[in-house]
Amino acid sequence: MEKFTKLKATMVAMPTDNIDTDQIIPARFLKVTDKNGLGENLFYDWRYHADGSPKEDFVLNTGQGHKAQILVAGDNFGCGSSREHAPWAIMGYGLRAVISTGFADIFRNNSLKLGLLPIIVDEETHFQLMSLIEEEPDTQINIDLKNQTLTLPDGRQVTFPIDQFSKTCILNGVDQLGYLQSHASTIEAYEINHTAPVNTLG
Amino acid sequence: MPTNGHPKTLFEKIWDNHIVVAEPGNPAVLYIDLHLVHEVTSPQAFTGLREKGLSVRRPDKTVATMDHGIPTTPPSIPISDVMVINQISQLEKNCRDFGIPLFGLDSSYRGIVHVIGPELGLTQPGMTIVCGDSHTSTHGAFGALAFGIGTSEIEHVLATQCLLQVKPKTYAVRVEGALPAAVSAKDIILNLISRIGIGGGTGHVLEYMGSTIRGLSMEERMTICNMSIEGGARAGMVAPDETTIDYIAGRPHAPTGAAWDQTVTNWRSLTTDDGAVFDNEINIDAANLEPMITYGTNPGMGMKITGAVPDPASIKDVSQRQTLIKALDYMDLRPGQPLLGHKVDVVFLGSCTNARLSDLQLAASLLKGRKVAPNVKMMVVPGSQQVKQQAEAEGLDKIFKEAGADWRESGCSMCIAMNGDQLEPGQYAVSTSNRNFEGRQGKGGRTFLASPLTAAATAIAGEITDVRTMVK
Repeated sequence: MEKFTKLKATMVAMPTDNIDTDQIIPARFLKVTDKNGLGENLFYDWRYHADGSPKEDFVLNTGQGHKAQILVAGDNFGCGSSREHAPWAIMGYGLRAVISTGFADIFRNNSLKLGLLPIIVDEETHFQLMSLIEEEPDTQINIDLKNQTLTLPDGRQVTFPIDQFSKTCILNGVDQLGYLQSHASTIEAYEINHTAPVNTLG
Repeated sequence: MPTNGHPKTLFEKIWDNHIVVAEPGNPAVLYIDLHLVHEVTSPQAFTGLREKGLSVRRPDKTVATMDHGIPTTPPSIPISDVMVINQISQLEKNCRDFGIPLFGLDSSYRGIVHVIGPELGLTQPGMTIVCGDSHTSTHGAFGALAFGIGTSEIEHVLATQCLLQVKPKTYAVRVEGALPAAVSAKDIILNLISRIGIGGGTGHVLEYMGSTIRGLSMEERMTICNMSIEGGARAGMVAPDETTIDYIAGRPHAPTGAAWDQTVTNWRSLTTDDGAVFDNEINIDAANLEPMITYGTNPGMGMKITGAVPDPASIKDVSQRQTLIKALDYMDLRPGQPLLGHKVDVVFLGSCTNARLSDLQLAASLLKGRKVAPNVKMMVVPGSQQVKQQAEAEGLDKIFKEAGADWRESGCSMCIAMNGDQLEPGQYAVSTSNRNFEGRQGKGGRTFLASPLTAAATAIAGEITDVRTMVK
C-alpha cells in the first residue's frame, strides 16, 4: 500500500473506452513471481514495435507522457481479467492516479488495495480534462484525497467519490489486511457458529 | 419462506449468511468457504504471508491447481519455459510449506481451476467461493456466491479466510422459452452481453432465472455463469435445484450419509423468495435466439451468426463509434460484411467456458466421420485430466484425431496463450473461450468467440459456418 495524500502533477490521456487488463499488461508478462519490472511492460503491445523499439506516436513514449503521474482514460477502464499485475504495472511506470468516467470492479478494488487512486468523474469533467491535456499538455492538476477534490489550474474544483475505509487506509498508507486481522476473535466465533456439515477436504 | 420480514434474493441470503462483521461506513467482512488457488496470481500473496510471518488460516478450505501456464503437450515433453517452471515450483513449495492440498502436475485431478472445483464436489450451493481469476463466477452455477479477486485479496483470504466487500447490487436475468435446436448456453450468454455491454453488469451480481435456465444441465449453467464477468458483473448465479443436487451427489468431496441429507435440505432453501426485489432486470426470449459470433475486440461485440458487421457510421455516440472503428481495424473487417464464409486459421475448443465433457460431446457429434478442413488447425483441450479421461473412455479423442484435430492435455491453453498454444499475428480463430480482446490469444491474433457447435462446424467447413445449415 502506497500512501497518497496530495498530488500535483501532469496528465497523460488515453481516451479509448474499455481498456482491458490484457492491454494494460499482456498475459505473457504474468509469469513473474514478484512485482518487479512490470512498469517497463505497461501497455506493451500498444507501446512497442515487434522488434521491441518504442512506437514514437504512442502517448506514453512522448516526452509528455513519460513525466505524467496521472492517467486520464476512457470509460470502463480496467475491464477483463482480475490480474493485479495491471495496477502494479501502472504504478511501476510512475502513475499514481487514473481518472475515468467508470472503472471495472475488480480493477478498482485492486487499485484501492495498493494506493493507486481510481477517480471517477462525470462526462463533462472528463471532457474538460481531455481538452486541457490537448490544449496545454504541461497542465498540472491538484488531487487532494482528504478533501476528495480535483483542482484545475483555473481554480475549478471537482469532488470525487471514494469509500471512507479505502480513503483512510490510503491516506495513512495502511494495508487493509490490518483491519481484517483486528477481527480475529470475531472470525473465530463465526467459524464456531457456522461449521459446514462436512469438512469438504477431509 | 422469507425471514426478517422481507423477501430475499438468493444473493442476499448467501451474503447475509456470511457476514462476520458489518460496521457502518466500512466494507463488510465476508467469510470465504472455499478459496481456489492457481500458479499465476498466488506467488506474490504467499510471499506477503512469509514477509509478515503469517500462516494460512484454513488450509482445509483452500485448494490449489496449475492451469494457466502449463503446456498441453504430453507430460513426456519437459517444460521449456523457465518462468513457467519457476511459477510451478513456487506453487509446489508454497502448498508444501503452508499445508495446502495441491492437484499438481502428477495429479489425475488437475485441470482448469473452474473445471475441477465442481468436478470434485468442492463447489456447493450456498458457499462463498473466491479465486485469483475473474472466471471464478463459473461456480455461481451451483447457487454459490463466487467471484474473482486480486493478489492482495488472495493474501487477505489466505491469512484470515475473510474478504472485505462492499455489497453489490442485484440483477435478474430471466430466460424463458424453448432453446431452438443448435442454440447453446454459450449463445445465451453472448446474446446477453451483446445487449447489456461489457460494463452493463458492473457493480451487480446477476441471477439467471426462468424455465430455460431450469432446463439447462450444470455444465451449461457453468458456461453462462462463467461469462458473467464479461458483462462486467461481480458474479453470476443460478439457484440450486434437483439438477444441481444430482450433479454433486457422489462426487469425491460431496457430503455423504446423514450429513448429505441434512445438507440437501438446506440447499433446497436457497432460492429467491417470491416478491424479492432486484435492482435491475432483463428478459431474454430463448425461442428467438440464434447461434452467436463475436466480430469485435470485446465479448459484447457479438451478433447472430447470420448477421453483418455493424457500421460505425450508424453509431451516434462518438466514443462508441471510435471503439467500433478501432475494433474493425484490428480484426480487418468491413462494415456490413457478413461473417458466414469468413476463412479461419485455427479453431480452439477449450477453456473454462466450454471444455467440459458435454462440450466435447457436442463437437464430436459433428466431427464424427468428418475431417477438419485443410486450412484449419483445430486444437481440442479438455478442461481437466478427468474430462480427458472420460472423453477417451467414450472414444471422443479418436473422433477428434481421426478428423485431424489435435487432442491435448488439459489447461487454460489458448484462451490466455501463456503456455505456447497461441495464434500467430494476423491469424483468425473461432474459439470457445471467453475473451476476444486484442492479442488475447497471441499478439496480433484475431478471435471470434462462439459455441462448441459453431466451432466444430467452422472447423469442418474451414470458414465461419452456421451449424444449422450443416447436414447431420
